[in-house]
Amino acid sequence: MNPTDTAFIIVCAALVMFMTPGLALFYAGMTRSKNALGTMMQSFAAIGVISLVWMFWGYSLSFGTDLNGLIGGLDFLALSGVGMQPHESIATNLPHMVFMIFQCMFAIITPALITGAFAERMRFSAFLIFIVLWCTFVYAPLCHWVWGGGWMFKMGALDFAGGAVVHMSSGAAALAAALCLGKRKGYGTEPFIPHNLPMTVLGAGILWFGWFGFNAGSALAANGLAANAFVTTHVATAAAMLGWLVVEKLKTGHATTLGAASGAVAGMVAITPAAGFVTPMASIVIGLGGGILCYGGVLLKGKLGYDDALDVVGVHGVGGSWGALATGLFCTTAINEAGADGLFYGNAAQAWTQFLSILGTWAFCFIGSYILFKVVDAMMGLRVGGEEEMRGLDLSQHSEAGYQI
Amino acid sequence: MRKVEIITRPFKLDDVKKALTELGIQGMTVSDVRGFGRQRGHKEVYRGAEYQVDFVPKVKIEVVVAADRVADVVKVVQDAARTNQIGDGKIFVLPVEDVIRIRTGEAGREAI
Repeated sequence: MNPTDTAFIIVCAALVMFMTPGLALFYAGMTRSKNALGTMMQSFAAIGVISLVWMFWGYSLSFGTDLNGLIGGLDFLALSGVGMQPHESIATNLPHMVFMIFQCMFAIITPALITGAFAERMRFSAFLIFIVLWCTFVYAPLCHWVWGGGWMFKMGALDFAGGAVVHMSSGAAALAAALCLGKRKGYGTEPFIPHNLPMTVLGAGILWFGWFGFNAGSALAANGLAANAFVTTHVATAAAMLGWLVVEKLKTGHATTLGAASGAVAGMVAITPAAGFVTPMASIVIGLGGGILCYGGVLLKGKLGYDDALDVVGVHGVGGSWGALATGLFCTTAINEAGADGLFYGNAAQAWTQFLSILGTWAFCFIGSYILFKVVDAMMGLRVGGEEEMRGLDLSQHSEAGYQI
Repeated sequence: MRKVEIITRPFKLDDVKKALTELGIQGMTVSDVRGFGRQRGHKEVYRGAEYQVDFVPKVKIEVVVAADRVADVVKVVQDAARTNQIGDGKIFVLPVEDVIRIRTGEAGREAI
């Protein structure tokens, strides 16, 4: 066990935890004031629900002994064998509990990311059931495939901190959500104007702060690789913000605050799979590409006609896919010996592997999420009633109001 | 007695208040309101989606004065609130039947 690494990852776990309340602010500011609490609650409640799911079976399904490359075994059920000593093969420099709780924070924020797609119209009870099922049947298997020794891992797909596990998965689930729940009442005819963008910008800032724990912590050690991931994360985010603002200025004539916040998040998403495999210079290209592509991704929903309320597909789906592909272009063993060389370092095969992992992730997560939404819909109904939707989630789901004015 | 209702730009509130108090007006009621006149609304853009916002934020100031002071009030308010751009707002003058001070029961001009 390495005490320095242990101290670092404990702090990183706390940083990643802080991202979820940050996300709650980021999302809630973009909704209408009658849904402010309902939107924040979906992120905040995920901390409560998923933490327990993770303790009891989520961690074991993700990181337990590999069964045919598909799922982890039940050896760590209810934290059995997950103690203060390191595991013999998983993160051997850390107490096993530290690795488990660091991973727990990733499992929490991922379903919270999906909430942006069904914002302003999903029943709270149906939401709770959905995230328990989703963590069990979509997140845990995918996490196992990529990080727990499953088939994508064996195939050599690179995902440093969750481009597939966290972002493509939530993006694909978001597309399924938008299709299963349908559009919000009045979508396309009434204005849907964000009620508190200062909140959104603060949320983006908190996400940026927490993301250092997410990406640098994914080195799982306090070392040079963590430093590289920290720097690539930061500069990619900066570049993406500028990229978004430039295309936005060219297209609509204004560089907006919401654009700056959205661009920053797009950059963090794009660099996530690559942070520990690419150089800081490559990360600028990845970030710029992320900002520009995600702006396009956000415009896509208007063209295709689905109501992904807060643009989870456009930002996390598109940004995560670009990041995964870019990892296959820019990765180099000069940064990470455990990684691979990418297309620009003479190894086109890695780009192809990344491409396959993108297809596999989208297909599995979209179909899995679609089925789960349909199951929960049949069980209890996904959507609030028309009257409840008009009154807003704050009153109809929680009997509270976000603002007393 | 007359009630003078002034609807104008929020940032002109302090100027109008100052002009009215200098005139000796001793009380007023202020509310934040939204609406449109000839100025109509404006466009807002969120993540590339444009929205027409019809209702523009305005401030409404209500004062009740003796009928013979209405002309002075209207003049100082106009001078204070005018920017010469569309959207400066309007002044409405309405008759008031009676005014009663709740604490003392005084009525009419005495209660203003």
